[in-house]
Amino acid sequence: MGGESGAAVEVTDLVKRYPKAPVDSVAGITFGVRPGEVFGFLGPNGAGKTTTIGILTTRIRLTGGQARVAGVDVMADPVGARRVLGVVPQQNNLDRSLSVRQNLLFHASYHGVPRALRRARADELLAQFGLDDRPDGRPDDFSGGQIQRMMIARALMHAPTVLFLDEPSTGLDPAARLFMWERVAQLKAEGTTVVITTHDMEEATVLSDRVAIIDHGQLLALDAPAALVRDMAGERTLDCTVDPGQAVDAGTVYRELVKLAAVDRVEPLEDPGAAGWRYRVYVQGETAPLLAVVVQAIGDAGASLTDVRLGEPTLEDVFIHLTGRSLR
Amino acid sequence: MTTAEPMVVVDPSGERARPWGPWQTGLAILRRDLFVTGREFPIFLAQVILQPLFLLFVFGKVLTQLGYARPGYAEVLFPGLVALAAVLTGLQSTALPLVIEFSYSNEIEDRLLAPLPIGAVALEKIVIAAVRATIAAAVMFPIGIWLLGSIPWTAGAAAGVIAMTLIGALLGASMGLVLGTFVSPNRINVTFALVLTPLLFTGSSQYPWPSLSHIRWFQVVSACNPMTYVSEGLRGLMVPSVPHIQTWICFVAAIGAWLILTAIGMIGFRRRAVG
Repeated sequence: MGGESGAAVEVTDLVKRYPKAPVDSVAGITFGVRPGEVFGFLGPNGAGKTTTIGILTTRIRLTGGQARVAGVDVMADPVGARRVLGVVPQQNNLDRSLSVRQNLLFHASYHGVPRALRRARADELLAQFGLDDRPDGRPDDFSGGQIQRMMIARALMHAPTVLFLDEPSTGLDPAARLFMWERVAQLKAEGTTVVITTHDMEEATVLSDRVAIIDHGQLLALDAPAALVRDMAGERTLDCTVDPGQAVDAGTVYRELVKLAAVDRVEPLEDPGAAGWRYRVYVQGETAPLLAVVVQAIGDAGASLTDVRLGEPTLEDVFIHLTGRSLR
Repeated sequence: MTTAEPMVVVDPSGERARPWGPWQTGLAILRRDLFVTGREFPIFLAQVILQPLFLLFVFGKVLTQLGYARPGYAEVLFPGLVALAAVLTGLQSTALPLVIEFSYSNEIEDRLLAPLPIGAVALEKIVIAAVRATIAAAVMFPIGIWLLGSIPWTAGAAAGVIAMTLIGALLGASMGLVLGTFVSPNRINVTFALVLTPLLFTGSSQYPWPSLSHIRWFQVVSACNPMTYVSEGLRGLMVPSVPHIQTWICFVAAIGAWLILTAIGMIGFRRRAVG
């Protein structure tokens, strides 16, 4: 497939093999990013995320396939591609000889933003990113979260069509992470296409319109986070704690629960510390609507439900299901 | 590659629209480097001037006054030290920053992601290093007059001296490009120690090359150091009475060495810049 025209990013059969490497780092992946969407790349370290971003941002030469950013072929016209993309790297690469404001201004000058415009834009971004109290400070004097904000602000100075964020929340404290998430949501609202790599499930779920799960250089799944989770059958659970009441034994409750049409199976849980009996009920479809039926069934057995925990699958479960291992 | 065609940068406010190509980006990067060099100018001068200054003082003045060196030695030495200032400052202005920017600070990334060809980023590094090296060499002249009372000069040598100094500056910058991109960061200290000292003392800056005919092996070693041609070239232009390699040979050899080193340095740079 090659022709989703107007795509912000278009990758076809992309392959990267580093010299002397025994296997491909990126082993033939194909996907498209729609204009204005936030596209998440989810995978463990070494999955090929950063290599893919490296190719799309012209820093790594591809071995096979094709990659286009905003319609520009990154191999045939890397200079043209660099005009339309912005990059926020994993590691601090700010110009340490320049102040925060000068970092933004010189970056914009490299990209041909006229002087008056770059000054106005720098002031606007410094304010927006909460950096306007020390615009003349050197990057070395700021915290990790602030550095991150500076790098995002700098990348926005030339108003890129597609913004690449490589592991943006690695090493950030929760508040800085939240701030970054809000900025990304705002960028999307303003129409910027954002491609983000992460190994953080929550980040991928919260930020992305669609998530690509990659591992060993291969694209395993690509869909909206909710859709990826929905497709995971038979992994929804209700963990119930039951006060025995007049029920004869734990088996009675068990038999009432397995009778229910929506229930796949029931697993008694050993939990010596807990008061009462515990069961894990595996169900089909949504868990919440089943709650009333489960309460009824437990009541029919003469017992009563004292606590319940709904187990919805997460992207993590999707990932484990696809790769057979955990992300961390 | 369609990199040559300029894009029109449109200001959303409609204020201004202008053509923008890789050349303008290269100049913008150069402007940043000039800005930083200008701001740190006194520190920069102190860094690059001290070594040739002391060499000139000890060898050109102290030893001469003590009678260990012949009175005319300062005249032989001075052109060599101008060459030394140009070549070594050029080398240090590319090699060290490149090692740091590629491995620790990653500062170079913002340039590699700017809309200009990768090779142009390397060329700009050579240009700014050559600017710094030319300044360092130029400063040697007032220092020479101050220390020695006068410096050797011949009428009509100015154009040649300027040209040779510029070539020396470019040559040093390209040597630094090779060093800075081929040597791994953890070995740069050792490499500097192993390269700089021999470079410093085999570049014919402290002796006229033809006079080495009695120490043949050292003459051969010196002939392999491209700096020799800059030293000899300047010496021939400034003190023609001292035996020297013919000026045209010096120009050809220095320019040739510069072109070869630049080509090698470009390969090294590309290897580091693009994965």
